[in-house]
Amino acid sequence: MSNTHDISRRKFLQTTSVFAGGLLIPFFVPAGVKRMGLFNAPADASAIAFAPNAYLGIAKDNTIHIILAHVEMGQGIWTTLPMMIADELDCDWNKIKVGHAPPGAPYFHTAFGIQITGGSSTTWSEFDRYRQAGATARALLVTAAAQRLGVQPEDCKTGDGFVIAGNKKLSYGEVAEAAAQLPPPANVPLKPASEWKYIGKGARRLDTPEKINGQAKFGMDVQFPGLLTALVARPPVFGGKVRSFDATKTKTIPGVRQVLKVPSGVAVIADHYWAAKQGRDALKVEWDIDPALAINSQQQWADYRAMTTSKGAVAAQAGNVTAALPKAATTIDVEYTLPYLAHAPMEPLNCTVKITGDKCEIWTGTQWPGIDQANAAKILGWNPGQVEVHTVFLGGGFGRRATAPSDFVIEAVAVARASGKPVKTVWTREDDIRGGYYRPAFLHRVRIGLGTDKKPMAWHHSIVGQSILAGTPFAAGIKDGIDNASVEGVNDSPYMAHIPDHLVELHSPQNKIPVLWWRSVGHTHTAFVMETMIDELAHAAGQDPVEYRRTLLQKHPRHLSALNLAAEKAGWGTPLPAGHFRGIAVHESFGSAVAQVAEVSVDKGTVRVHRVTCAIDCGLAVNPDGVAAQMESGIIFGLTALLYGNITLEKGRVQQRNFHDYRMLRMHETPVIEVHIVPSTEKMGGAGEPGVPPVAPAVVNALFAATGKRIRNLPLQPENLAGA
Amino acid sequence: MIKLQVNSKSYSVEASPQMPLLWVLRDMLGLTGTKFGCGMAQCGACTVHLNGEAVRSCVTPVARAANQQVTTIEGLSTDLSHPLQRAWLEEDVLQCGYCQSGQLMSAAVLLREKPDPTDEDIDLAMSGNICRCGTYPRVRKAIHRAAQLQKEGGKP
Repeated sequence: MSNTHDISRRKFLQTTSVFAGGLLIPFFVPAGVKRMGLFNAPADASAIAFAPNAYLGIAKDNTIHIILAHVEMGQGIWTTLPMMIADELDCDWNKIKVGHAPPGAPYFHTAFGIQITGGSSTTWSEFDRYRQAGATARALLVTAAAQRLGVQPEDCKTGDGFVIAGNKKLSYGEVAEAAAQLPPPANVPLKPASEWKYIGKGARRLDTPEKINGQAKFGMDVQFPGLLTALVARPPVFGGKVRSFDATKTKTIPGVRQVLKVPSGVAVIADHYWAAKQGRDALKVEWDIDPALAINSQQQWADYRAMTTSKGAVAAQAGNVTAALPKAATTIDVEYTLPYLAHAPMEPLNCTVKITGDKCEIWTGTQWPGIDQANAAKILGWNPGQVEVHTVFLGGGFGRRATAPSDFVIEAVAVARASGKPVKTVWTREDDIRGGYYRPAFLHRVRIGLGTDKKPMAWHHSIVGQSILAGTPFAAGIKDGIDNASVEGVNDSPYMAHIPDHLVELHSPQNKIPVLWWRSVGHTHTAFVMETMIDELAHAAGQDPVEYRRTLLQKHPRHLSALNLAAEKAGWGTPLPAGHFRGIAVHESFGSAVAQVAEVSVDKGTVRVHRVTCAIDCGLAVNPDGVAAQMESGIIFGLTALLYGNITLEKGRVQQRNFHDYRMLRMHETPVIEVHIVPSTEKMGGAGEPGVPPVAPAVVNALFAATGKRIRNLPLQPENLAGA
Repeated sequence: MIKLQVNSKSYSVEASPQMPLLWVLRDMLGLTGTKFGCGMAQCGACTVHLNGEAVRSCVTPVARAANQQVTTIEGLSTDLSHPLQRAWLEEDVLQCGYCQSGQLMSAAVLLREKPDPTDEDIDLAMSGNICRCGTYPRVRKAIHRAAQLQKEGGKP
């Protein structure tokens, strides 16, 4: 039996579907959430005052609606934040429904002050707020139920979504309406750790079902009647401008509706992606390109190299390195190069915009909906309140979906405004790889003087690379010429404190290549340099690399606990199969210390990473399996960069374009990964990023053990191991 | 008009014969579970079954699918009962989820051809599917688990 479907009846996204299950009692619901249609209850003006608890609502049918101040891009907060609420609320886990928050003050980051998902910060920054939201709701439900049952609140217990007093019980849904009328109590005590059912234990991911049956809606999947698709032809060189274009052939492609000049290039707008793609392929654009923008990577490295001979901004300093270095018994003077890297999230960038009268609606996967709202409003000349942002699932972010100018959002707004129709702007993979906002290319020059005892006595570290903050509204974060994101991991390295004379300098050249935070930001390059240098120093001193680090990290218990656990679990020092070698690295970032031991082999120049043993001290691991998943993810992300990550420019043109020449690690190249979590009562740290930095140095240190060769230029080029 | 059978339903579409099946599924039939990742058969996010075989729909002209049986992620099961879906739930495989439709559709063919796949079989069958979040270790584990579930009587 089969049905014939009319193709004109295109399915379209129903943003309210997640919350359409039943009447919702709008306690703690701010105006923004109501406007979003996330809650389909009648407006209750008095409820809006409860904005500090804008994170959950309970429906009459006992559904628990949890609104996330952060976005789900793979890191698992769709599950971890509800765990925090569930432990305080004592609700039925199976009745939880989750949605992303609209832009709004209640959803500002508790530490960063804007609405942002980044910096591996969701879990620690929401640990109190989301538990408090659950605890406050529970207290109100208990009070309402007690009144209904004619008992004292102290005589009530809660469990699985019920308030229980003796042999009587009421479901949360039954008392939600009454609870909404009560004033929220202040300072509701939180449960002790001994009463947690989810925190520290875990729960199955709540977003799995819709992501394994094709129903989950990512930005790319937004569809509604009348929505057109646009591809934008952008300049082949960053900073280029459209001089003229010829759309004669483009307009002959069936389905192409409009060809329009927009600030970022020329938009080809069509009924569907394929027509837009064909139309753009047929488009002829003449570009104005300033020859000064035609950067070549090789020349850029030479320019960067030259900068290390001049004085830079000082990021850290002790003693007098210039005087100390000549006194060294031996000197190491080495250079590292780490290229531009693209984020390449699996879901290519896209953004849907519908402008109706004086209202603009945006659907996209974004790490900062509030910034996007403000940027969209700015180019429209409107108030932010006229712009609604609907955040859908992100098909990966890694930093790319949070740019200061909201590049892919304001472009889509410009296209929709020029078109006069609702438009979804879609980037091809080539657009993504060539579209900029890369991890900046960095060159490090490290000069280390060793004493006659083989110990480092002077360390001169010069770093060259573009600042991420420069030229953005966040440039005020640059202090005395130092963008901390360029030097983090070097200037604050625990090793540096042991060097009596040291100097860390930074040069921040500017050019038109857009750069951005890329999963673990500065630590992507600084950990590589520091952890391979320390390994080199250990070998120079004739010491075991683990022992050597232990000595230097005595005052850093988290580094030490991660290092020791990883070394123990990897069997550091125990025999390996013939031809296998180990390397180790430990690095702290985003509040967590992570150590990794890589086991590698090299066969005729082919590098194989067999196993990575990882240990993390992130303080309390709220969702331990989620932490493990992020470590696995970070290790594979870091290995990908080590083995393949390389964006190069020739005459200003990016040389890579898709996954065949901007390669990703694949299943058959993936090592066995073991993750161990240090039982820790230290301050909570992050998990999304800290797994990335240690893996590349751990592998390269293992390759040194295997071949006696030091790798200082990434990505790894097997010819550099030739003869091994 | 091109006639298609997708997930046991009949459709007629007015599309250029060269239009990739991916965009017919997504932009004409509204079946958005099949994902666009690269457009050149590099990443596997667009994997669907054509007469039971895994194909990259981003480079498959719709004409090739005319009057053939197409199965997409929406048709893998109607109730999350496929052994792979059950294993994916048990093992908490996915992260952002964007590539997972393709991972599942590739794995489904593997599991049919090799009911008890070795790690090498998994490497061979799954190396065409990129996951930027790095869920490979869990995909591997879940395929082994699904093989077990299938043996225990889950439908293939």
